[in-house]
Amino acid sequence: MTATHVQSLLKLDTKTTKRANMLLEQNVARPRREKVSLSAFAFVFAEIVRYSQNRVLGIQDLEAKLNEIGKRVGVRVFELTMWREKNVHRESRVLQTLVFLNTVVWRALFDKQADSLERSTESDDEYMITDNEPAILKYISVPKEMASFSPGAFISGIVEAIAECCQCPARVTSHVVPAEGMPLRTVILLKFDKEVMEREKRLEAGK
Amino acid sequence: MAAKQYKAIGEEAWKNNVEKVNAELFIFTYGSLVVQLVKDFEDYGAVNKQLDKMGYNIGVRLIDDILARTGIDKCADFHTTAEVVAKVGFRVFLNIAPAIANWSADAKEFSLILEDNPLNDFCELPPKAVQEGLWYSNVLCGVIRGALEMMQMQTEVWFVHDVLRGDDVSEIRVKLVKILDEEVPVGDE
Repeated sequence: MTATHVQSLLKLDTKTTKRANMLLEQNVARPRREKVSLSAFAFVFAEIVRYSQNRVLGIQDLEAKLNEIGKRVGVRVFELTMWREKNVHRESRVLQTLVFLNTVVWRALFDKQADSLERSTESDDEYMITDNEPAILKYISVPKEMASFSPGAFISGIVEAIAECCQCPARVTSHVVPAEGMPLRTVILLKFDKEVMEREKRLEAGK
Repeated sequence: MAAKQYKAIGEEAWKNNVEKVNAELFIFTYGSLVVQLVKDFEDYGAVNKQLDKMGYNIGVRLIDDILARTGIDKCADFHTTAEVVAKVGFRVFLNIAPAIANWSADAKEFSLILEDNPLNDFCELPPKAVQEGLWYSNVLCGVIRGALEMMQMQTEVWFVHDVLRGDDVSEIRVKLVKILDEEVPVGDE
């Protein structure tokens, strides 16, 4: 590499850093902008689904891919929420984490609380967050031959990342469970890791 | 004047006729998509191309959405087109209105100056991405190209500057190649 080349790279670098800093130095305490159109989101999301679909073999892989894309969103949403919400502490207990997801996170993302939070009747380590009408999935129509596909895998990715940030790692999946008048009703199922449940037991016993 | 009229149409539609979603969710989701593409392609040129392609897919469908929400008519000339893209299109979807500048002498090329690009929020490009030519918001070029093609205008659209790469402004160049005939394409029955 010649000296001038190195120099020009360095110059480019400082210039970029300066500009980029202008963007990064903005205060994040409050959102810089409130809204974009739901259509804009839906179009981008539809392209994400289409793109992912072309690169996987089955529905499970497709959901895994959407989950991965959601996870990167989740990490950022978590950091931002913790920074902004003055009354919320970092949670590390399962129930607190669930309530945090159900209320604070849902409000930050979708401007409403999730519609219900339940514990599975079958096993202790499974919980369900239900959204009767996930607005961001409104314009996704799933073809018949893919009936088991749940585009909510994107949301479950967000939830999975946040659960992990709360020190309560879980396997999170999403399922479409339509109810009357609510064709998109989506259930986010969290199955907490074994270590998490054991820790819960210890903490309970120590009380 | 006409320019004002489109500004009003855009703002009116944004205010009363558009369902909205949290901007940060949108911004993070777009960012996550770009990261995914960089991982998958391992080549920034290919990522630019893919973003443009996705934008095109969006553009050809998005035009109906705009027409339905605003009731605007076909544009009489390319100047009007520029106005509508900037003041109606960008407003209705992203709630911004880029400035129009740098018209070419033959009135077939103009630039959109994006002072405030939502996609750029929270974003910092690694030096490697800058050096190897990633246009982070390239999806916008595809969207414009796709939407205009649906209005019988074949265009080339590309980024000239981007603040994420250290430029003073973000600038998208739009060039009219030709007006397409309103025929049924060959092989399309």
